[in-house]
Amino acid sequence: MTMNAYITGAYDTAVGEVPGSSCMSLHAEAAVGAVADAGLTLTEIDGVLCAYSLVSPHLMLGSVFCEYMGIHPAFCSATQAGGASACVMIMQAAALVASGQCNHVLVVTGDNRLTGLSRDGAVAALVDVGHAQFERPFGMSVPAAYALVAQRYQHEFGVTPEQLAAIAVEQRRHAGRHPKAQKREPITVADVLASKLIATPLRLLDCCLVSDGGAAVVVSSRTAAADTRGRAVEVMGAGQGHTHEHIVAAPSLTDFGCKISSARAFARAGVTTADIDVAMIYDSFTITLLVELESIGFFERGEAGPAAERGELGLGGSLPCNTHGGLLSYAHSGAAGGMFHVVEAMHQLRGTAAARQVEGARLAFVHGDGGILSAHCSLVLGT
Amino acid sequence: MTKSFAQSTAETRPFWEGCVIGELRYQACAQCGQVQLIPHSTCANCFGKELIWKRASGRGRVLSHTTVHRAPTRAWQEKVPYVIALVALDEGFRLMVNVKDGTQVSIDQVVQIGFTEVGGQAMPQAEVPC
Repeated sequence: MTMNAYITGAYDTAVGEVPGSSCMSLHAEAAVGAVADAGLTLTEIDGVLCAYSLVSPHLMLGSVFCEYMGIHPAFCSATQAGGASACVMIMQAAALVASGQCNHVLVVTGDNRLTGLSRDGAVAALVDVGHAQFERPFGMSVPAAYALVAQRYQHEFGVTPEQLAAIAVEQRRHAGRHPKAQKREPITVADVLASKLIATPLRLLDCCLVSDGGAAVVVSSRTAAADTRGRAVEVMGAGQGHTHEHIVAAPSLTDFGCKISSARAFARAGVTTADIDVAMIYDSFTITLLVELESIGFFERGEAGPAAERGELGLGGSLPCNTHGGLLSYAHSGAAGGMFHVVEAMHQLRGTAAARQVEGARLAFVHGDGGILSAHCSLVLGT
Repeated sequence: MTKSFAQSTAETRPFWEGCVIGELRYQACAQCGQVQLIPHSTCANCFGKELIWKRASGRGRVLSHTTVHRAPTRAWQEKVPYVIALVALDEGFRLMVNVKDGTQVSIDQVVQIGFTEVGGQAMPQAEVPC
């Protein structure tokens, strides 16, 4: 089956600490880069999707971006689905081109969280994810909410701190092969276990980075894709899953919306987990990736941790995962964090991942989650 | 910088008024009986609009817990390490609460919800029954 939509351009900016960057300057660079990668000009873009910004929040970020660039698309909107935003917007863009409403939709994200907010500022701003009356008054942070999931998951499935650490170590090993990654120096399981406690059982190296950076893709219709320059990658399947927003109201602490979102995406694409060559899965915390790998069905319950320890998520493993280093070691700048996963999937499927290349990668799975494992969107991309 | 205290709304006011008099309250739907995990204006099961406030026993079970060492704001940083617990109350609703000072909790442990004053507001907290 098909979604009748193709990713025809992709680009990400420098990441980490990008002095002099702003939310909009990162959007602009990413947009120009993605459009150029597709061999198009900005005037050929007739749809624009933006996400959100913590540094420069605005009710109408899509309109702010179009004004900034001096473009006047036929469709423009902004999406707020936290870490699921990038995948959600690509799913939306696919619907826009498949229905004939647009030819080329620019999906653009970016924020200067590190220089604009600092790590402390970003952690404080993200508290808004919590419920104003039933979570935030008790000192909940995003890491604390994920720690509640980690504690329960450890209790039910015997996940060890060493297994979580092995995930962080593998993500860093991947990042070491990417010249742009924010953190490239190798770490060990002992380093992770010796890093500062954030919220038990999670430690600093179990947590994602805070970064500046932007990323964008162009999604084109089947017909319009013929006018583009680069190798197009097909959006073969997409699906979403929504179970809650606040962790206090989550139906389960071990089963999340990624199960249904991925099942929908796989069904649409007509493939299964066994067909996937490379996976880019949201890794805001080590526990996030572990839970999603098991919930989605890449590993049985309790098996993702041991698999990480055996190197199965590494280059040459059974499921190379986040070959750019993910949010844990490549970069995380809000909605762009999830878009970095998409850009890396494009590199893998176009064979341009250099030292990170998964030999013969034809089928990629990309997954984003927003909130506290609340909003999920999965994509199956292929060539 | 102050802590973000709970600002009640029309649909949650009975909960916070209950805390003031030491009474833990929850909502159930008048139409289908569904207990609401947290207060609503509309039933999250049948979308019925009549939600009845009931008095809870205060007894519940720890679904999960964490000890926070790195707080989200400066005000909370003065309190680290503090414990957050997610509690499933016997009646079927949920609370996120702090745990009474000096108390250790574990998963599936039975706790009793009590109340403590924080900055002039009565807040629920988890206590371990003697």
